[in-house]
Amino acid sequence: METKATPSRRTFISLAIAAPLLTWGLTSCGTTGPGGAAAAGTASMWALSGDPNETIRKNSVDAFNKKNPDAKLSVTFFQNDAYKTKIKTAIGAGQAPTMIYGWGGGTLKSYADAGQVDDLTSWLEENPDVKDRLFAGAFGAATIDGKIFAIPIQAVQPIVFYYNKELFEQAKVEPPETWSDVMSLVQTFNDRGVAPFSLGGQSRWTSMMWLQYMFDRVGGPEVFTDIFNGKADAWSHPAAIEALTKIQELVKANGFIKGFNTITADSNADQALLYTGKAAMMLHGSWTYGGMKNDGAGFVQDGKLGWVPFPTVEGGVGDPKNAVGNPCNYLSISSKASDEEKATAKKYFTESLSNDEEVAAFIETGAVPVVNGIEDQIKETPDSDFLGHVYELGANAPAFQQSWDQALNPTAAEALLNNIDQLFVLSITPEQFASNMNETLGT
Amino acid sequence: MTIAAARRVSGEQTTPTESGKTGRIAWLVIPALVFFIAFAVIPLAGVLILSFTNWDGIGAITPAGFANWASVLVDPDMFHALGLTLLVMVLSWLVQTPLSLLLGVFTAGTQKYRAILAVLYFLPLLLSSAAIAVAYKALLDPNFGLGAGLGLPFLSQDWLGNPQLAFGVVIFVIAWQFIPFHTLIYQGGVRQIPRSIYEAAEIDGAGRIKQFFFITIPQLKYTIITSSTLMTVGALTYFDLIFVLTGGGPANATRILPLDMYLLGFRANLMGPASVIAVILVAIGLALALFLQRLGGKDNNSSQLEGM
Repeated sequence: METKATPSRRTFISLAIAAPLLTWGLTSCGTTGPGGAAAAGTASMWALSGDPNETIRKNSVDAFNKKNPDAKLSVTFFQNDAYKTKIKTAIGAGQAPTMIYGWGGGTLKSYADAGQVDDLTSWLEENPDVKDRLFAGAFGAATIDGKIFAIPIQAVQPIVFYYNKELFEQAKVEPPETWSDVMSLVQTFNDRGVAPFSLGGQSRWTSMMWLQYMFDRVGGPEVFTDIFNGKADAWSHPAAIEALTKIQELVKANGFIKGFNTITADSNADQALLYTGKAAMMLHGSWTYGGMKNDGAGFVQDGKLGWVPFPTVEGGVGDPKNAVGNPCNYLSISSKASDEEKATAKKYFTESLSNDEEVAAFIETGAVPVVNGIEDQIKETPDSDFLGHVYELGANAPAFQQSWDQALNPTAAEALLNNIDQLFVLSITPEQFASNMNETLGT
Repeated sequence: MTIAAARRVSGEQTTPTESGKTGRIAWLVIPALVFFIAFAVIPLAGVLILSFTNWDGIGAITPAGFANWASVLVDPDMFHALGLTLLVMVLSWLVQTPLSLLLGVFTAGTQKYRAILAVLYFLPLLLSSAAIAVAYKALLDPNFGLGAGLGLPFLSQDWLGNPQLAFGVVIFVIAWQFIPFHTLIYQGGVRQIPRSIYEAAEIDGAGRIKQFFFITIPQLKYTIITSSTLMTVGALTYFDLIFVLTGGGPANATRILPLDMYLLGFRANLMGPASVIAVILVAIGLALALFLQRLGGKDNNSSQLEGM
């Protein structure tokens, strides 16, 4: 009996262990993630990490939960580049959070086409207070075929040409107004052992901001409009080739800091290069102002950070007032969410989003919220100079080009970023860039 | 639990005959088999099906016939990535095998401080790939990294920004991460070689180097095959380290096939072509593993200790 009992007990144990594991293995495929696991009256939101936005969003959600004890709203923060992949996968797997953070444009269109986000048009018509409070122009990138699929949040985010005033004073030079000024400044700063431009090139969309401004200054906004509309060979437009060539000249003249293509924007190392005086200039989003104010040890507060409009290009046709960037960020409602979750989300949109506290918090960090009637508030802050510049770029530019990687569909955007990476390390020519990108037109 | 209960009952009813025993042993494989089917066979079949469809990861899945295969198999980027993968495989093997063999022989010995040194060598085994990549990225940063910090111009190369250097760095970091593991395998192998062979060789007048080449290496034949299989097939799965370290850049210089698959599928929303690459990776992996097992000779049960 002894010999017989032993194997059977052992087999029983192995199965007893295996069975729950198996059940776990099978059910774990089916259970919902942090996004969908919400019970009635609760809702979830995913947003980007990194201050100041993270703290503002967290405070706003906490305040909402305090005010509505039965509505439990949770928020999870992710790094920018990681988030863009994660949200796509979560939506595809039907595990999206109730509120989906995004940039509008081509990505939002892919969600809308797949029926993954709710059409908010009629809700916004019923609640004109919510809609009228926000910049009308901010709804552009959220509108697909005349229907609004997302609500603008946070702040206008034009791309700003920053420079380190201290380094400019030491070198006794003025900020650039034209492209030849830029090239001569590159020479000046390289001779002084300071990198002319900081750039977080491994993130690729950072390098893309350069192309966006150059395309505009050389050929005007129509060049990209043709690309966006899928016109054949639009990337081979002479203005596009000229802009690409000029960028490569800047790379060849060591315009960007050594190792720029190993720096990621998520680590904020590109900003650190500017405020630690290792680089003299930087083209970056207006959101970095808040970051530099936080981390720069008085760099912003002591008036060492300067900014000018992006220089003009000799012979170019683009209006120097034109700007590029993100009109703002957006929140959409997942169509997979339950009715209770959707109700909570809409309540959050009405009560908390861009309310007075949030607007004040954004202005304090040096951002221009996408809210009407804040001109007076902006003038009263210590950052009024910068805010005025951002307001000018974001609200009054004759043409405001949305970030290309957000405007285009995800497949074309990835091809674009990959080719930009190759363009900036000079492994392809402007013509090769154009022909590679022409293949993505109309996809 | 119902399965477990049912099995237990049937298990008790089996008579303790020879056939009954093998029956019991045979169904012991079920848990492993279920896991293998659920987490390997079904996803693999799914990928194979997806490779014949169009899917952006979000919307509807539509059949595409052989279109994805046709486009991937003529795509120069795919062949570039495949070439890089094979290069990583070969270079990794060439760098890691001699070093881990020597370290394995060393750590199997009885020298002074050996235990302390062995612990130091095995340290990288405890770190996750992402942590290693983040650490190396910080150390190799041309502006804030080791070179700038120590003021050594030699170390201030544009390590991850220059395509050739970046590829070399990737090979180095992979080696740094995996040599400890293979050292451990070789250490175990060396410790299994009977002392008496070495004693006999000493009596015959063989020196240390001769002993290494004529006893240690031949005796480690199967260990070398195991380690090489893990290394080469493992090269087909390197992803996390390179993804964090270089993201495939600069200019696709480190965009190996697994990374290419991920970027195509999850960044460019081209799940169909990404699935084609996944199937190619599985095929290469299986072929390699089979080939390396063949190298070990037809009779895997043959003893290396004949005549002992």
